[in-house]
Amino acid sequence: MGYVRGLKCRECARPYPAKALHVCEFCFGPLEVDYDYAAIGRAVDHRSIEAGPPNIWRYRALLPVDGEPTVGRHCGFTPLVRARNLGKALGLSQLYVKNDTVNHPTLSFKDRVVAVAVIKAQEFGFPVVACASTGNLANSVAAHAAEGGLTSFVFIPADLEQGKVVGTSIYAPNVVAVDGTYDEVNRLCSEVADKYGWAFVNINIRPYYAEGSKTFGYEIAEQLGWRAPDHIVVPAAGGSLITKVWKGLKEFYNLGLLPAVPTHMHVAQAAGCGPIVNSVKAGSEIIRPVKQPRTIAKSLAIGNPADGYYAFKVVKDSGGGGEHATDEEIVEAMKLLAATEGIFAETAGGVTVAATKKLVEHGAIGRDEVTVISVTGNGLKTQEAVAGALRVPAHIKPTLASFDAALAQHLPSGAGKGLTAGC
Amino acid sequence: MSVLVRIPTPLRAVTKGQGELKVEAASVQELISRLDQEYAGIKARLCEDDGSFRRFINVYVNEEDVRFLQGLATPLKAGDEVSIVPAISGGR
Repeated sequence: MGYVRGLKCRECARPYPAKALHVCEFCFGPLEVDYDYAAIGRAVDHRSIEAGPPNIWRYRALLPVDGEPTVGRHCGFTPLVRARNLGKALGLSQLYVKNDTVNHPTLSFKDRVVAVAVIKAQEFGFPVVACASTGNLANSVAAHAAEGGLTSFVFIPADLEQGKVVGTSIYAPNVVAVDGTYDEVNRLCSEVADKYGWAFVNINIRPYYAEGSKTFGYEIAEQLGWRAPDHIVVPAAGGSLITKVWKGLKEFYNLGLLPAVPTHMHVAQAAGCGPIVNSVKAGSEIIRPVKQPRTIAKSLAIGNPADGYYAFKVVKDSGGGGEHATDEEIVEAMKLLAATEGIFAETAGGVTVAATKKLVEHGAIGRDEVTVISVTGNGLKTQEAVAGALRVPAHIKPTLASFDAALAQHLPSGAGKGLTAGC
Repeated sequence: MSVLVRIPTPLRAVTKGQGELKVEAASVQELISRLDQEYAGIKARLCEDDGSFRRFINVYVNEEDVRFLQGLATPLKAGDEVSIVPAISGGR
């Protein structure tokens, strides 16, 4: 059983029943899940969580599902990597990477939110789950719908790259390519949700869906030994993740699971689409939409972020900052993360690493402070972003002489040292 | 001095089903007052108690968000088009 009391408007606090609703009908504010925290507090402690399964369902009391999880049973509890090499490169002595490049099953943090959303769609009795997406969300909805035996519809902009379509189509959803921009696709989906009564994970199921992101913050705190870090750097598209990571830490604190939350929340966006970072830098809570996003970090290219104001508030309330990354900086940071830690992140991860570097350079993050970089998706999905910026293979004949020549010419000096016969 | 106002579907219950209204007003503030005289209660839906627009209500004058014009003081002239659009959530 769950601890959900209902939904509540985040703006005017009007209560709503726990149904497939997402907007306050009075003031149009977003609805949020309202929990019975007193009851959760009686049911949950460090030991009960640690005794749970090694996935997001160890935090089930704080997620809005009623029954046993039916899909996404292996999602989450991804590694919190102690990143000594990257830390050295960035000048940080206590750096960690929260590594959702290996989240199950579709290799991005979106599996956290979609697992909750698809279970919720099943609990509400929807026959069809759907989403508007350009990438990670589409992959995850199609995969979880397949696992749950639900029909799925994925709406994509018609000009999407083939590679991204394959990563969704393999799960056999109904893919609809729409002649239009992402914003136009999103608007159409609102109308489809109304007319056909389908569960759109990021529209009418959004209050539940978004709660899945809290697990990213819960895991960071638990994996640090029930301690909140001094800094978390989070990439932002719509701005939901950073607000939910913060909410997760606050919930843990209020439940007595953390002694304090000294965490400064920092937001990372691309220079070509950084409406939230622009507001943070300007100190203005009004988010000015970016009409023409231009960045290789396509998963972050939302010009008009739905949770932009709340993301701004989290940054301000926590004493954090925000930084942009140019396309060149994104590629360099992806290469740095891979070369130092062996982690191949998607472009959004490059944005976050590059932003962290700047936050350190500007003194917003101190060298001995515990810092967590949020890496939310896998680089194998965005290979085209770095393909042209990598060393090409040394091309040789199948002879030892050819290899010797290549080694002398192309490979780093010293690569031959320490080699022995039989190695 | 008549301007055209577009009303979103969720607010048409207040405007007796009308999606477009012609209103005489020289500023956005005056427009809201006039609307509220005609359709009582619409102001409470659009504005906070202090009169500023609610966070998830976007008001556009000729396609530009009034937050980036002069807010409630934004002047209106004959033929202007004012759109009231609730923000919609999304994520990729």
